[in-house]
Amino acid sequence: MSVAVREAPVVKPDAPAAVNDFAINVATANGSGSQTSNGVLLRALFKMGIPINGKNLFPSNIQGLPTWYIIRLSKDGFLARREMTDIQVCMNGRTVAEDMERAVAGGIVIYDDSLPVANSRKDVTYYGMPVKDLVKEAGLPHALRDYVANMVYVGVLAELLGIEPEEIEAALLHHFEGKEKAAGLNMEMVERAIDWASGHVVQHEGYRVERMTGFNEGKILVDGNTAGALGALAGGLSLASWYPITPSSSLAESIEKYAPALRTDPDTDKATVAVVQAEDELAAIGMVVGAGWTGARAMTCTSGPGISLMSEFAGLAYFAEVPAVIWDIQRMGPSTGLPTRTSQGDILASYYLGHGDTRHVVLFPANPAECFEFGRIAFDLAEELQTLVFVLSDLDLGMNMHISEPFEFSDAPFKRGKVLSAEDLEERQGSWARYMDVDGDGVAYRTLPGTRHNMAAYFTRGTGHNEYGYYSERPDDWEQNLERLKRKFETARQMAPGPILDEVDGADVGIISLGSNHDGVEEARARLAATGLPTNYLRLRALPIDDSVRSFIERNATVFVVEANSDGQLHSILTTEEPAQALKLISMAKCDGLPLSARYIAEQVQQALEEERI
Amino acid sequence: MSTRTKGAAAARRAARPAKTNRIGLEKTSYRGRPSTLCKGCGHDSISQRIVNAAWEMGLDQTQVVKLSGIGCSSKTPAYYLGWSHGFNSLHGRMPSVATGAIIANASLEVIGVSGDGDTASIGIGQFKHAVRRNLPLIYIVENNGVYGLTKGQFSATADEGQFLKYQGVNDLPPLDICMEALTANATFVARSFAGDPKQLEALLKAAINHRGIAVLDIISPCVTFNNHDTSTKSYGFGRANEIRLHDLNFVPAFEEIEIEDYEDEVEVELHDGGSIVLKKIDPDHDPKDRAAAYNVIQRSLDEQKLITGLLYINEEEPTLTELLNLTDTPLTQLPDEKLRPSREALEGVMATLA
Repeated sequence: MSVAVREAPVVKPDAPAAVNDFAINVATANGSGSQTSNGVLLRALFKMGIPINGKNLFPSNIQGLPTWYIIRLSKDGFLARREMTDIQVCMNGRTVAEDMERAVAGGIVIYDDSLPVANSRKDVTYYGMPVKDLVKEAGLPHALRDYVANMVYVGVLAELLGIEPEEIEAALLHHFEGKEKAAGLNMEMVERAIDWASGHVVQHEGYRVERMTGFNEGKILVDGNTAGALGALAGGLSLASWYPITPSSSLAESIEKYAPALRTDPDTDKATVAVVQAEDELAAIGMVVGAGWTGARAMTCTSGPGISLMSEFAGLAYFAEVPAVIWDIQRMGPSTGLPTRTSQGDILASYYLGHGDTRHVVLFPANPAECFEFGRIAFDLAEELQTLVFVLSDLDLGMNMHISEPFEFSDAPFKRGKVLSAEDLEERQGSWARYMDVDGDGVAYRTLPGTRHNMAAYFTRGTGHNEYGYYSERPDDWEQNLERLKRKFETARQMAPGPILDEVDGADVGIISLGSNHDGVEEARARLAATGLPTNYLRLRALPIDDSVRSFIERNATVFVVEANSDGQLHSILTTEEPAQALKLISMAKCDGLPLSARYIAEQVQQALEEERI
Repeated sequence: MSTRTKGAAAARRAARPAKTNRIGLEKTSYRGRPSTLCKGCGHDSISQRIVNAAWEMGLDQTQVVKLSGIGCSSKTPAYYLGWSHGFNSLHGRMPSVATGAIIANASLEVIGVSGDGDTASIGIGQFKHAVRRNLPLIYIVENNGVYGLTKGQFSATADEGQFLKYQGVNDLPPLDICMEALTANATFVARSFAGDPKQLEALLKAAINHRGIAVLDIISPCVTFNNHDTSTKSYGFGRANEIRLHDLNFVPAFEEIEIEDYEDEVEVELHDGGSIVLKKIDPDHDPKDRAAAYNVIQRSLDEQKLITGLLYINEEEPTLTELLNLTDTPLTQLPDEKLRPSREALEGVMATLA
């Protein structure tokens, strides 16, 4: 827990578009290669030192459906999604009409001039790009034409906004991992588009980018799934078993991608980590439980439908006390929901996953650096507590690119928890009981299969058991076991990462939020402070909550619980765990598939407080 | 016994007074807790065979893991090898738990026990995928064609036309465990009968030495819910209709092999150097011939006969852990510094993200 008390920042609300401060929306059809173009744009801007973020709104489809990529530039470093679009790029005939409506008054619309364009607005500037002609003139092989066509808007934007062509070229080389031929083909298209644009577009005063310093230095551009994969590999991961599901697949694929470089034993040239694509999510978590029980650090990654399937194993891991880690990269539910849209709808499900009295430790990373950190410490917690630990990320954090602090190497010893070795058993003359609370913290000692001592073995089961692991139907055995599990959960409260607090002098309105909402909340607080409403902020990083959450609520008159789901799931957990203060907690839950915007959060807070006054 | 092993015989004679095995343990050390199954349950016979085979092989129990799903059969790991870690996991999910355990520590000998409901009904998917991966696992199905623990419902291996007190007549055809294993590319498929101790012990020992997955479909009559002579999973049927493909003998690597008077024998070398010697009763069956194995199983189904023995074996295919190219030291025994990247390796990756 860290409390930082500071002066409220001052910003002008809804500042007009300015240098390094606007949003670009690129509308394409998915499968057309726009991911390369958009990634290159984002990276070039990042390398120019400009605080940016990119949000990919893509369909659950392989080819041909509408996709939008929203790049926000913010010289002040606000990285939440911006609702307004200043520059609209239209490359998709199916959505061009609605896309053109999106640009703000005074904005710019850039479109492929082969698209049918109607209802021209008077309040925006239009530029029709001769995409077909430019591609044709480039004389590229037919098979490549569709893929490089999207480089036309990259070139036009470069000329219009002042993005440095050198940075675009560098970003292309980065994207193609140094393959000069592929990068060169694309760069040629970009240059042709720049040439064309230099004679056809007029640079606008407000919409310009300029190289800047003070924000991006020393930082990296990365998605949360890559970060989580690297964290797990750095944290001693031995088995990742998984079943493909959006938006978590790229986490497992990143483990596969980086494992050879990071986890090949230099002495034997053999792997120290296994990745297995399971036949379904049940098998994926079953393998994790088997490996965790045997003493290896194991994880799976999935999304909502996957955790539904993993429910029975989650209960087994809780009750048989087996270390396991599940990464849930949340998407929209219920049911299949919207597989490619973000949400925080699995908070309740993961906290209580399983039948009977079951509760799990749940971590909420808010940025890639925390994905990396939690990727490591999730294993420490799982092994120290001998239980299942969830890491709840979401599509926005997991799949979109974010500016992040770089990930630090650590050689701190892994915390393997209470494991008795053959020597320990010899010392105790074989006297031990698997489920006996020797230390009073609810965490008992375990042995690992393969321990060379004839008193090491015990029997693991999901059925009722006594301290020795023997099957028992005795009411007192059952109650004692569950009482101990409750004590263990109290230990978890102290052990899990505490919240991050940011409190402001004189503020009595608090915000509690979690995960990827952080950028939106911070910007909303700046907006609110600018209107004379300073707020305190508690960013929850784990369940179960610790005492600092209670005292935070106590210090505030009203506390808004901001989360990206419909039912106010965190709000319901907080009201359950802090019933005496429940009336202070106001649920602010929104779930439309998009990352929460600062404008929404700020307006909701203002509106709620005004209603309260009336 | 049509083969004998000079060294073993001598060793047995010498060892008789103390009755210890080659690692100096008495057979009682291989027992588990008392069984709570019905008196006369075929599963208890199988547990006893596991005790015998492990004792005779001189297995170090601390290096053995016993896993199971849910059901009567899955309770049994508590009843044998008391010095081995056991895990009574979830219904139909033993194979995935075994997969994780084996990857975590590939030096362990892993014995999975399941039933016909646990394998052929709820667990058919995990069963077939464990087989497909050639997991180094002894996969024992204690097959009685009926759900015992929930008191007498049909499983997917129940015979067509079979009658049960509460459920009436089963009108669906059975899944055959051996056939399912074979189609999933199993590398060791055998069928035996809980009431045939000699054959079952020989098959268990061979399974222990097999490098990949060894599927043992053991007909194990349920004395309470399914021991009518009309069922192919009853004692009466088993005794009257069992046809052995071979007379079996397993010869461990540590014994000197001497075979005498053994006509039409086939000797199959196993992974750890032991071998299984088969005296053919059916001269046409070559257990290395997959098509022949299909034929034998199909014939047994057509003729409603219980054909037992080693139906198929293939010692060539790589196992899952071999394919994963893991370190020889089990992953659970690697020190921290082997389980994380070096500072340089991580910095190398970070450079690509900057």
